[in-house]
Amino acid sequence: MISANLSAIFYLVSGVLFILALRGLSSPETSRQGNLFGILGMVIAIIVTFLSIGNFSNGFIFVLIFILLGGSIGAFIAYKIPMTAMPELVAGFHSLVGLSAVFVAISAFVNPEAFNLGTAGNIKLGSLVEMSIGAAVGAITFSGSVIAFLKLQGIMSGSPITFKGQHPLNAIILISIIVLIYLLCSSQSSEFFWILLGVSFLIGFLLIIPIGGADMPVVISMLNSYSGWAAAGIGFTLENTALIITGALVGSSGAILSYIMCKGMNRSFFNVILGGFGANDDTSKSSSKEQRPVKSGNADDAAFLMKNASSVIIVPGYGMAVAQAQHALREMVDTLKKNDIKVSYAIHPVAGRMPGHMNVLLAEANVPYDEVFELEEINNDFANADVAFVIGANDVTNPVAKTDPQSPIYGMPVLDVEKCKSVLFVKRSLSPGYAGIDNDLFYKENTLMLFADAKKMTEDITKNL
Amino acid sequence: MEIDPLIFRLSIFILSIFVGYYVVWSVTPSLHTPLMSVTNAISSVIIVGAIIAGLSGNLESIFNTSSVFGFLAIGLAAINIFGGFLVTQRMLAMYKKKKKDK
Repeated sequence: MISANLSAIFYLVSGVLFILALRGLSSPETSRQGNLFGILGMVIAIIVTFLSIGNFSNGFIFVLIFILLGGSIGAFIAYKIPMTAMPELVAGFHSLVGLSAVFVAISAFVNPEAFNLGTAGNIKLGSLVEMSIGAAVGAITFSGSVIAFLKLQGIMSGSPITFKGQHPLNAIILISIIVLIYLLCSSQSSEFFWILLGVSFLIGFLLIIPIGGADMPVVISMLNSYSGWAAAGIGFTLENTALIITGALVGSSGAILSYIMCKGMNRSFFNVILGGFGANDDTSKSSSKEQRPVKSGNADDAAFLMKNASSVIIVPGYGMAVAQAQHALREMVDTLKKNDIKVSYAIHPVAGRMPGHMNVLLAEANVPYDEVFELEEINNDFANADVAFVIGANDVTNPVAKTDPQSPIYGMPVLDVEKCKSVLFVKRSLSPGYAGIDNDLFYKENTLMLFADAKKMTEDITKNL
Repeated sequence: MEIDPLIFRLSIFILSIFVGYYVVWSVTPSLHTPLMSVTNAISSVIIVGAIIAGLSGNLESIFNTSSVFGFLAIGLAAINIFGGFLVTQRMLAMYKKKKKDK
């Protein structure tokens, strides 16, 4: 058994190690070391918790069993999961953080003595407030992440689910959560605690169902943030510095990522949260009814264009992930490089289903990270490049965002693909992208459409090079 | 006059938000996915609360409502800790620099 002061110092140490873990991610070279700091921080926190309880009696063996059980499941998933499924994995993990926050809050509520929070039915007011906030946010994180997971996994349709009176209903539920916390704190009655949990689960579910598939980068970041706030709430209850620091770090991290994602789509946070984007696109469809001519080609034409280029910029998008084309793409690029063609990759902030999704997929395919550029870094280079190879991206290349104030995506930062001498656009059909609008790029003089599966087309081009 | 310990915790909380703000802005965009998986892993430090809950039983009864929820929370948090750190490690191992030799 170690003193409360000593354990508080150790918790502070692990909090600092977690800060260093995030700090390490400022560059790929330091990131691996950062991850080790994170692991060390976690080990310290767990050991100190055991030492501060000092009760190595009967329950201890079960604690170990559950750590090992959960740990082996987690390790198994971590090794098996394909990189394309990373968004689902992260959403699933968020739900677990949320649920364990709820479970810890329940334990603390039914057995406050174990946590030094007073006695059942007479919990310290401050602790009760913190605990109920932690539990409510945890429950929202859980059910919201489950919906996000189901949508990403394709078990649930990615299209927004909206119904009449949705926003008033959500508003009423959110207000009722505040009222319930007030009632719980003034009466200490356990009924209010259970109702609070139920209502919080419900609102998490209702908040995410109206949000469409391509807004998932925002949703995942937002739930990331929530899981942090839930942890912080529990940290206040348990008076644990490591949890408070971590909760604040994760909370602000998720919030920043949501902000970056919203900016990448030129949409306000509220606009995304209120949902329904892409559901009411009738207006834009009617104006683009007329058939416009497109030029389409085959792998041979594409190979010819690229062979005669001196620089090529690749624009990957979610379609590349779906088609699992990243390895085929890398092989194509290797062939191009052998012919002394300069190749770089341009990544839009919201390409894919989560922040940084494309970067991970390219890294998996052994693409060196110094060939991969963000939108601001590379956008001026399109004018000097010979060929842009758009694979699985659509809306993020649409020049309409710059020219047509009527368009729903007007003002969104886009990659200036049309400035290239020629554009190769790999796509399965002419169907519009997620935003439900036609891409002007399809009809440009210098665009050659390659209608095929992204992976197959890339392989065919490589053969023809 | 003594200051309520809550104020100290609140100070730590607020300052950590600022630390988080500046640290996360300095994260390179290409590592945003590992950032999410590692924040996932570290937020599972909630396992410390779960361990306290799990050990809250006494000699007569290891299992009571509180400890059972504690055990479940330990299991969930452990999935996240191992899964989160390992998958981050796996991703970070893929980020390589361009080789000098051609």
